[in-house]
Amino acid sequence: MWTAVGQAFSMVFEPYTLMVMVFASLYGLFVGSVPGLTATMATALLVPVTFFMPPIPAVAAMVTATAMAIFSGDIPGCLLRIPGTPASAAYTDEAYAMTRKGQAEKALGAGLVFSAVGGLFGTVVLIVAAPALADFALNFSSFEYFWLVLLGLTCAVFISTGSPIKGLMMLCLGLLVACVGLGNPAGFPRFTFGNTEMSGGIGMIAMMIGMFAISEIIRYVVDTSPPAELVVEEVSGVLKGQWALAKKYPKQIMRGSVLGTAVGALPGAGADIAAWMSYAVSKKFSKEPEKFGTGHVEGIVESGSANNSALAGAWIPALVFGIPGDSITAIVIGVLYMKNMNPGPTLFTTNPQNIYAVFLLFIVANLIMIPLGILCIKVAKRILRVPREILMPMILLFCVVGTFAINNSVFQVGVMLVAGILAYVLEANKFPVAPAILGVVLGGMLEENFITSMIKSNGDLMAFVSRPIALALAILTALVWRKPAVPA
Amino acid sequence: MKINDAFWGVLLMALGAAVLLAVRGYPNIPGQPVGPALFPGLIALGLCAGGALLVWQGWRDRAHGPWLAWEDWVRSPKHARALAFLLGSVVFYILVSDALGFLITAVLMLMALFRSLQVAWGRSAFWAVVATLVVHFAFYKLLRVPLPWGILTPMAW
Repeated sequence: MWTAVGQAFSMVFEPYTLMVMVFASLYGLFVGSVPGLTATMATALLVPVTFFMPPIPAVAAMVTATAMAIFSGDIPGCLLRIPGTPASAAYTDEAYAMTRKGQAEKALGAGLVFSAVGGLFGTVVLIVAAPALADFALNFSSFEYFWLVLLGLTCAVFISTGSPIKGLMMLCLGLLVACVGLGNPAGFPRFTFGNTEMSGGIGMIAMMIGMFAISEIIRYVVDTSPPAELVVEEVSGVLKGQWALAKKYPKQIMRGSVLGTAVGALPGAGADIAAWMSYAVSKKFSKEPEKFGTGHVEGIVESGSANNSALAGAWIPALVFGIPGDSITAIVIGVLYMKNMNPGPTLFTTNPQNIYAVFLLFIVANLIMIPLGILCIKVAKRILRVPREILMPMILLFCVVGTFAINNSVFQVGVMLVAGILAYVLEANKFPVAPAILGVVLGGMLEENFITSMIKSNGDLMAFVSRPIALALAILTALVWRKPAVPA
Repeated sequence: MKINDAFWGVLLMALGAAVLLAVRGYPNIPGQPVGPALFPGLIALGLCAGGALLVWQGWRDRAHGPWLAWEDWVRSPKHARALAFLLGSVVFYILVSDALGFLITAVLMLMALFRSLQVAWGRSAFWAVVATLVVHFAFYKLLRVPLPWGILTPMAW
């Protein structure tokens, strides 16, 4: 094990990887702090660039960029009352109220410090839980995997906001998209309409860039609300008083981190839902709930740690089972496959140095977040002034070229455009997007395990519940279906 | 653009029915009880059932909302035009990038978009050229993506 850890260190602390991390941090901080650009979009736009990197720097780029983006989403929330990413939306009003009271430093500082604390907590859980789970998962057969994937998809449908039927329909659409092409157990061309481009399946990366970047650009273009006012002049001394906050709210930090990691690990729910839930929990158990909403830091401390811990939590099922915990890891899984780091329990036994390197990346990313975050807060005023009418068309061009680079064909650009329009229209009609993404990512895995199990049992459905773990997972899945209990 | 759920329900049911129709002819894996039709077939049944539920819900709630509601941008020619330019520019890229080459297509595309977002002519031209050259350098030179040269092939660098 120690040789593998040593190898991991040398892979992470290599100049090239470190350089990638610094650039990815700056990129993540920028994307997060521009309202309308989300952390998921940051990840999707990174994919075309990671094609050309070795595996560890590619993962490093995504880990650092997302961690930074989730933190820096707090900045416009605090200064403009517009969350930079959906994960900051839960406490945007609170942070803005603090700014109005002249406490912008304290709000931003709390966001930064407790983002890092939450991120580190989630990382520790990832380090402890993932190898243990992987050990356990080595005994899984296609029956257990079938139920596990089904359980994950079920969670995605019932946890995502809005009506479960709409979530279920989006899941079905995603699964259907995954059926296109030759990539099924029988190797039979399905829904290709005789098109050779379609026989390879509908490109997942192009779809994701469409759903997360193009749909955001459409939303920006048709947004008729007036531009927001910047209220703060200068922000400095963000670290002042944070230690006192940590001593005052240890329980809140712990609770936020635990809840965030757990929500992150559930498929379909990511940093944004973690932040909303944890803000609600914080208010419920607070000694001074009447202060919430008036510029009180307690909720920011708790949900700020929750949204960053969710990022690490989402990697647990992603690495161990190949089941993404949120839309960001859904994209990451696509990249892991491209880099021959196929997720699954064997990843932990065959190439442990890669896993240790991923753990290490998380730690480094959360540590460099503090100095770089302070830097970002210092120049926040300038970033917020970046003219978005110039930025958005450039992002569009980047999306087009990035999608073209997947396999040098404009067919993928078309896929991206259609996916973007569909995502925009469906979201406007309150159809949640996350279940569709999970359906596309997990469709192949679900079908493969289903068909393999059917063949093994010769069509006998009882075999699906005849192994103890499979039975337990089946019961768990049925329970989620019966009782979609989510505290709002 | 918000449409009553019943409309989406009908659409989803139609999709489900089309899938069921399409997978009818798929063969089973030789000697096995299952084949490539089973999984999409099950999904299609799900789409039909869920679609029917949405139709029912939409019909039940029809008094609470309009059948079709547009957002504010539809009444603002400025925003509607920007959207048309946005979608049109991607289609334009797909259709002509191979023939015209990346450089010309991208500059035209960015110019159109900047103008539709009320950026002044001079700034539009400046940023369109700069962004195109930067993206071209990053993807063509650094990442070695074969962006097309089109009619500029003789002067490719």
